[in-house]
Amino acid sequence: MKAGIVVFPGSNCDRDALHAARLAGMDAELLWHEDPGLRGSDLVILPGGFAYGDYLRAGALARFSPVMRAVHDHAERGGPVLGICNGFQVLAEAGLVPGALLRNASLRFEHRWVRLSVERRDTVFTKAIPAGAALRLPIAHGEGCYFLPGPQLDALEARGGVLFRYAGPEGNPNGSARDIAGVINERGNVCGLMPHPERASEALLGSEDGMLLFRSLLESAAAVAAR
Amino acid sequence: MTTYRFAVSVMPKEGILDPQGRAVEGSLGHLGLDGVRDVRVGRRVELSVEAPDEAAARGTVERLAGELLANPLIEGWAVEMVESVVGVPG
Repeated sequence: MKAGIVVFPGSNCDRDALHAARLAGMDAELLWHEDPGLRGSDLVILPGGFAYGDYLRAGALARFSPVMRAVHDHAERGGPVLGICNGFQVLAEAGLVPGALLRNASLRFEHRWVRLSVERRDTVFTKAIPAGAALRLPIAHGEGCYFLPGPQLDALEARGGVLFRYAGPEGNPNGSARDIAGVINERGNVCGLMPHPERASEALLGSEDGMLLFRSLLESAAAVAAR
Repeated sequence: MTTYRFAVSVMPKEGILDPQGRAVEGSLGHLGLDGVRDVRVGRRVELSVEAPDEAAARGTVERLAGELLANPLIEGWAVEMVESVVGVPG
């Protein structure tokens, strides 16, 4: 499986994502935001950071990068796309996942460890996560308060669109509606989450729970190849 | 062609948490000001558009506002023309 990690001007978790993808056993490379294509990537990762300085709104300008046309096409073909933190904000602005990320209710930039409950394990992003396991991942964001109008939120829940929720004693760090930390599109191939799986890729970093997402994607790709 | 100058005001929708507004409101007490309530913080964007007439210019700005300047899920906007300068035929 080849992972392409998109570098926007202002991305700062691109190399962390590259490291995590390679550690998981993927072939991975960085893609530039002005690239018209994805250079044969099977998986696209939109990494964390502050694309285009987060001017206007986080993710609002990155959405119009040339590479995003190719990301849209890739998603339309059913290819997996993972948006982490700022990458989630870009996906939401681009309409590839539902919702918007508002300023944290605390008004602070929140950077700490959180615990996530995994709402579904039948997706390409979560299939390798053991049943009952909660993930320990770090967050680092100023705009992570998930918002969707009430009726749409109910519809999202009803179709199983919530993939991760803040849980446990660490609680909800940003005021997100219904403790939502990550969502998945209807087709099940585009996922955005605020916590950073790539920053929890080795025990040395305090947790390796993030590797479960990368391993899930690898397993899913292997299952498709075997068919 | 005429050059039209527009101002687009983008505001968080009613009912959307506006922590910036809340923070501004929270600091009013330090100024010793009473009676100020319901502070909301938004954004004003000014831009010039060249178009044959005002309706065409306004159409361009409305599209820009809905697709980029505001996120319709969380923000509303208002477009206002502030100036128009008719181009001198050369």
